Amino acid sequence: MLYREAGQFKTSYQADGQIFPIMQDRIALLALLAVAIVFVPLLASPYVLSAILIPFLIFSLAAIGLNILTGYAGQLSLGTAAFMAVGAFASYNFILRIPGLPVLVAFILGGLSAALVGIAFGLPSLRIRGFYLAAATLATQFFVVWCLTKIPYLTNYSTSGVITAQPIVILGYNFDTPDRKYLLVLAVVAVMALLAKNMIRSNVGRSWMAVRDMDVAAEVIGFRLMRTKLLAFAVSSFYCGVAGALYAYAYLGTVEPEAYNLDLSFRILFMIIIGGVGSVLGSFLGAAFIVLLPVLLNVVAHSLALPTSVASNLELMVFGALIIFFLIVEPHGLARLWQIGKEKLRLWPFPH
Amino acid sequence: MNFFFEVLIGGLLSGVMYALVAIGFVLIYKASGVFNFAQGAMVYFAALTCVGVMDKLGVSLWIALPITVAAMIVLGLAIERVVLRPLVNQPEITLFMATIGLAFFIEGLAQLMFGAQVRKLELPIEDVPSQYLMEHYNILVSQFDIMAAAVCGLLVTSLALLFSKTKVGRALRAVADDHQAALAVGIPLQRIWAVLWAVAGIVALVAGLLWGARNGVQFALTFVALKALPVLILGGFTSMPGAIAGGLIIGASEKLAEVYIGPMVGGGIEGWFPYVLALLFLLVRPEGLFGEKIIRRI
Repeated sequence: MLYREAGQFKTSYQADGQIFPIMQDRIALLALLAVAIVFVPLLASPYVLSAILIPFLIFSLAAIGLNILTGYAGQLSLGTAAFMAVGAFASYNFILRIPGLPVLVAFILGGLSAALVGIAFGLPSLRIRGFYLAAATLATQFFVVWCLTKIPYLTNYSTSGVITAQPIVILGYNFDTPDRKYLLVLAVVAVMALLAKNMIRSNVGRSWMAVRDMDVAAEVIGFRLMRTKLLAFAVSSFYCGVAGALYAYAYLGTVEPEAYNLDLSFRILFMIIIGGVGSVLGSFLGAAFIVLLPVLLNVVAHSLALPTSVASNLELMVFGALIIFFLIVEPHGLARLWQIGKEKLRLWPFPH
Repeated sequence: MNFFFEVLIGGLLSGVMYALVAIGFVLIYKASGVFNFAQGAMVYFAALTCVGVMDKLGVSLWIALPITVAAMIVLGLAIERVVLRPLVNQPEITLFMATIGLAFFIEGLAQLMFGAQVRKLELPIEDVPSQYLMEHYNILVSQFDIMAAAVCGLLVTSLALLFSKTKVGRALRAVADDHQAALAVGIPLQRIWAVLWAVAGIVALVAGLLWGARNGVQFALTFVALKALPVLILGGFTSMPGAIAGGLIIGASEKLAEVYIGPMVGGGIEGWFPYVLALLFLLVRPEGLFGEKIIRRI
């Protein structure tokens, strides 16, 4: 009853081509945004905001970035965290070196720097593919972190190699409390997620998917492989770069290059596997899952009074088992479950 | 000049250890098309099980070894049954991601059973410079490294014999060439896969023992898999000789680079140098040193 499309007629191309063509989706999204903007900062405790919601949003953004590259353009990458690191450290340096640079502009510049690095390390993808490429992206991971530790200029000659993110001040307004930071992150993520969703429906997104599904065929019918692949790397790294900057500025505050290690890359990869490869919604669902699971496991371990070492090993095992479980049972992830749910809701309450 | 040779030989011998891990990858990739990211975790699991059994049961290495071999075989069978069989016919990427999950699971399991602390593993050979080489050629080379190379050679020879002389080996090669054709002539695919993972488990055990005796049995062993990746890129994913040649090249060039280029850029380049080397190589020859020529069609 709730989810009926009957009677929603589209009478113009514009109406037919909306991002969310179904009215209920639009209403639900607006309602969700309203709750997220108005009620969540009022009701949620600072702990929930800064330990769960902010990382959730930031990881969603990074997952969207990886999803663009892996899910839509089909280029497996294990270097996500490296691009995040570039974004964070570039933003830091831009703010530091250019007095009076607005923070948001610095984030964008950080994202652009990450995009440049992404293009540079995406170049091998023109010659190699699949696992070879995955191994090549590992090079990004190690090389970038090494650069950040070894070149003191990038960390402003800080002795420990740790940087402290500058306060986020936009138009004289200081984003210093969890709820303000949350609103900033929410705004950035919402805008960029919508942009991503839109980009994927455009001919850029279609060319990515063509390359993903069969690059030789795509090339034969006239897609320019080089441009398409490098664009995917650039856009993906841009998203990851901005996510990395937010990770440093709105979440951690004080960052060392080692925070962007291989483990983080893997976690983001897991987010898109569990959430759904090739789905923007899936990036959010996966991020929520991966952020909440350790919290949940902690609670369970605590109530069973398990020692921490056992609990952390159990966490590893549960993570691994879940990945395998999802790949076997639902290779398209949580996003696919939502899709199935939507189809069922269309018929509900009369399933025939 | 002597110093150069020492570094070179040291590098070549540590390359042998990389090759050992890479062989485990090649075995599985060649015959089942699965890029097994969990190989590093299996190395850790094997070494930790061996040490753990020695600790918990208070037995000697010679009793712990067969128990560990049995454990690796059980692990291989379980992986085939629980992970691979339900994922038959899935795209390669899916299988790869499943092995990442597997790696996490195995790491967690190993530490849950035997604890996460660094363990010492005593092999009957010591990590001291070989007297003979020092006296005759004035070169410092650890006799442990030489033994590791010997073990690696022995392992590769026995694998080569296994592949060429036995019925299982023939079946393995048939499966590697073409799953469906192998199935059609009545080769039990799943049993072959189980054998394969068990063999890979034993290779992991050998690697784990050698690495563990050198650096202590600790979580860092799982990163050995990351060292093996550039070796694989260089040698080609499907070639056993490639894995060995790649291992030697990576091992030697990595040590030489660390010693001769490292000081110029601040050191610690061992982490990424092999990758960059392998990448540059790929730009010239995308299928690797001994890889099969890639022919693709629509």
